[in-house]
Amino acid sequence: MKKHLTIPISADEIKRLHVGDSVLLSGVIMTGRDAFHKWIHDVFINKTIPSTQEDLDILKQIKPLLDEGLIYHCGPVVSGLDSKQYHFVAAGPTTSVREEPYQADVIKFLNLRGVIGKGGMGQKTLESCHEAPAVYFHAIGGAAALIAESIVEVLGVHKLEFGVPEAMWIIKVKDLPVIVTMDAHNASLHTTIQERSKAAVDTLLT
Amino acid sequence: MRDYTNELLELIRLTSTNLPKQVEDRLKAALANEEPGSAAQAALETILKNVAMTRKNSTPICQDSGTPIFYIHAPAFIDRDELTRQIRTAVELATKQSYLRPNAVDALTGTNTGNNLGDDFFPTIHFQTSETDVLTIDLLLKGGGCENVGAQYSLPDDNLKAKRDLDGVRRAALDAVYQAQGEGCSPGFLGIAIGGDRGTSYLASKEVFLRDPDDKNLNADLDKLEDQITTEANQLGIGPMGFGGKSTVLGTKIKTAHRLPASFFVTISYMCWAYRRHKMIIIGAKTIYE
Repeated sequence: MKKHLTIPISADEIKRLHVGDSVLLSGVIMTGRDAFHKWIHDVFINKTIPSTQEDLDILKQIKPLLDEGLIYHCGPVVSGLDSKQYHFVAAGPTTSVREEPYQADVIKFLNLRGVIGKGGMGQKTLESCHEAPAVYFHAIGGAAALIAESIVEVLGVHKLEFGVPEAMWIIKVKDLPVIVTMDAHNASLHTTIQERSKAAVDTLLT
Repeated sequence: MRDYTNELLELIRLTSTNLPKQVEDRLKAALANEEPGSAAQAALETILKNVAMTRKNSTPICQDSGTPIFYIHAPAFIDRDELTRQIRTAVELATKQSYLRPNAVDALTGTNTGNNLGDDFFPTIHFQTSETDVLTIDLLLKGGGCENVGAQYSLPDDNLKAKRDLDGVRRAALDAVYQAQGEGCSPGFLGIAIGGDRGTSYLASKEVFLRDPDDKNLNADLDKLEDQITTEANQLGIGPMGFGGKSTVLGTKIKTAHRLPASFFVTISYMCWAYRRHKMIIIGAKTIYE
């Protein structure tokens, strides 16, 4: 049975999710990957780089969208760049673990209810999922066209100077298919599979 | 020399949007092998749906259209500089037409060139001389997720109990698959090079992806090892996307390269399930795509 969830997602709804649940997500989300996580961490969380007026304006605009919302680790193929009639042609997830150094802080700072990506994340993020509460939604890597079909509208973009893959795209999604692989109860499918495969590889390499 | 830009653009479109049949067949076999109702089965179903959709709609299979890697066998009459220019033009056009994502990023500033044209290595173009009048161009699109989980081992490796022999190669390969977990977009393919220096070993480990997934290694020992690594990698239970399951690796190809007495590298390139590769053969006025 697939669950339908609408963004923003309440803390209670998040707590009801468990590893293995299939979910269809609808609402407004934002893409954000390496450049976004480093930017928000450097400028607003760690404050190693002073904020510009532009940074402050962007934060003001994205904060309400992301409050109890989701960030999607995705670098899409976008058409209509010249006309600014943006359309997502291909939009599968990128490998999430690269954001592990930042993710826990970003979840807390923006009051996220989770992130969408692929490959899972580490212990620090898992702990922040418990604290927030938040979850890790796994999308199918490479299923870019199928996922793009569930992106019904591109509402806007920030930091396009990061490049098309790294920009912060505000998108409206309808029934985006994901699976919960890390939940708010300290369970991670990735840890389970890693432990199991470790035992198997040790046997093969004795 | 003729202008091949349009033919090259078609090669890029085909490669980005149309998964080779042999790869799709392996994904279908993997699907049939997974437990009904499992996350592994659901992932493979989604993957196969996506493959059918992108072939029909002519859109990229994966948003990460990767590094375009061209392998060219050029007859003597081909002007290599001119063909390089035509390839770069075709790559730029393919990016404009959304068959490729702009992927060339300045290593220091992070600035994306926006047209997939970087320095001498982006796109990557390998030239070899063709001994006939036939021009062949193979294109491989290799995404960053799977590129990041590639690994190089220097044997012997005491931790892995890997010596300078075929069992050592097996140990390195299985460790690489374990380390990758689902991050390389499993179920994937392994390209393994034994020998070379650090650079040529990585090169050779990618070049084996030009082999037909269904062919046999001409060296009987390596052929056996290819099958053994695939079988054992699937015993790790990592499964599609790392969700757990029976299909982790769909095929392994091994190549050797002469090494220095002091060096024994085993290099593993990981190719995600979106194993995008096509070939263009030009004989006179005729163009054939495979």
